[in-house]
Amino acid sequence: MEAIQPAARRLAAFAVLAVMSLMLGVPAARAQEAPDAMVKRVAEDVLAIVRSDPAIQAGNEARIREVLETRLLPNFDFVRMTSLAMGKNWRTATPEQQKRLADEFRGLLVRTYSGALNRYRNETIDYKPLRMNAGDTEVTVRTAVLRASGAPVQIDYSLVKSADTWKCYDVVIGGVSLVTNYRDEFGEQIKSGGVDGLIKTLADRNKGVAAK
Amino acid sequence: MIAHTLSRFPSAVMLAAALLSGCAATPSRVDPLEPMNRASYRFHDAVDTAVVKPAVQAYIDVVPENVRASVSNFFNNIDDLISAVNDLLQGKLDKLGNDLGRVMLNTGFGIGGLFDLASQVGIERGNEDFGQTFAVWGFDQGPYLFVPFLGPSSFRDGAGWIARSAVGPVGYISDVPVRNTLYGLGAVDARAQFVGAGEMVDTAALDRYLFIRNAYLQRRRYLVYDGKPPPEPEEP
Repeated sequence: MEAIQPAARRLAAFAVLAVMSLMLGVPAARAQEAPDAMVKRVAEDVLAIVRSDPAIQAGNEARIREVLETRLLPNFDFVRMTSLAMGKNWRTATPEQQKRLADEFRGLLVRTYSGALNRYRNETIDYKPLRMNAGDTEVTVRTAVLRASGAPVQIDYSLVKSADTWKCYDVVIGGVSLVTNYRDEFGEQIKSGGVDGLIKTLADRNKGVAAK
Repeated sequence: MIAHTLSRFPSAVMLAAALLSGCAATPSRVDPLEPMNRASYRFHDAVDTAVVKPAVQAYIDVVPENVRASVSNFFNNIDDLISAVNDLLQGKLDKLGNDLGRVMLNTGFGIGGLFDLASQVGIERGNEDFGQTFAVWGFDQGPYLFVPFLGPSSFRDGAGWIARSAVGPVGYISDVPVRNTLYGLGAVDARAQFVGAGEMVDTAALDRYLFIRNAYLQRRRYLVYDGKPPPEPEEP
């Protein structure tokens, strides 16, 4: 009996420590991370998996999406992305519609991103020096994808600080903002079919229905 | 090349089409000619899907990558010279030195532009053109245009394209088969650069016409401001 108690106590202590590190330790560590370091860590992490994973090499899209879901997407603020793409129409949507919009838009961006990732997986990324002031809560992290042939592609990530972590809310490729680019398309869908019409169109696209 | 013949009378065609379609449009600030442009896009897209894309895919499948890279480099070298001309017209003397250095290096040591040594030593491409020069000179972008066989443009960029065609140099080659081969190869090479982008549009767009229009206009704005565009005005 007496031999078990220290073991049980050690186990309990370990469990408490584990939970504490999950609750406090990891976010606390991340809070110190600069936005450019975060972008680099996530990008290199995802690229390393994409380059080495045999299933992804074989073109397994489900596996690519799984990697994106677990490694990349937690660093994005899809609600903010969707609200920016919606513009003034965002306020006309109910909270429930807003949630569905963010979910469907997220799905669309994941599909797009996994395609792009697969195409450029063998390229290297050049991370530009970050220019930010202490206390900034919005920054742009500039990178360039250096291609074996062809001009480098500038990819800028817009990040916002919320609750001590940086979240990406826009990706600007060669000067083209992914979020801004959807404004007219979203506006057109809402004009013809309302917010529900837009939700339906996004859902259809995610189910593989071709765009007009 | 059809594109080139078309360019000889684009303003007349566009003016006529603009007048014809003017009343039916739901007016938009950047795209008042949207009905005409959408018709042009549908036509362009149908021909692209049926003929151009398969031909370009065959080119990619058959021709080795290093040969295709040299074809791109050759045409890019000409564009770098055009970029230098536009640096001069815009008074950007530092970029002028950069672009001229590229052209000299790549023409001399890169065997007539077949190899892009300049990029390998870190001299990046200048990317200036006549459309951007007209913008720097203060000309308005004017209505957005979708031109069959050429793709997205605007009145200002269309004028730039006409200036570019007038400067040549391919248009001044007197040997017709050589000239037409270069036109054809240039067109295939240009389209091959957009195969990946086209697939991305297919996945990402809700309405491909709008997606391409907005991407084009954002991209042009970015280039006009040399990669540092001021924030866009908020919507009303």
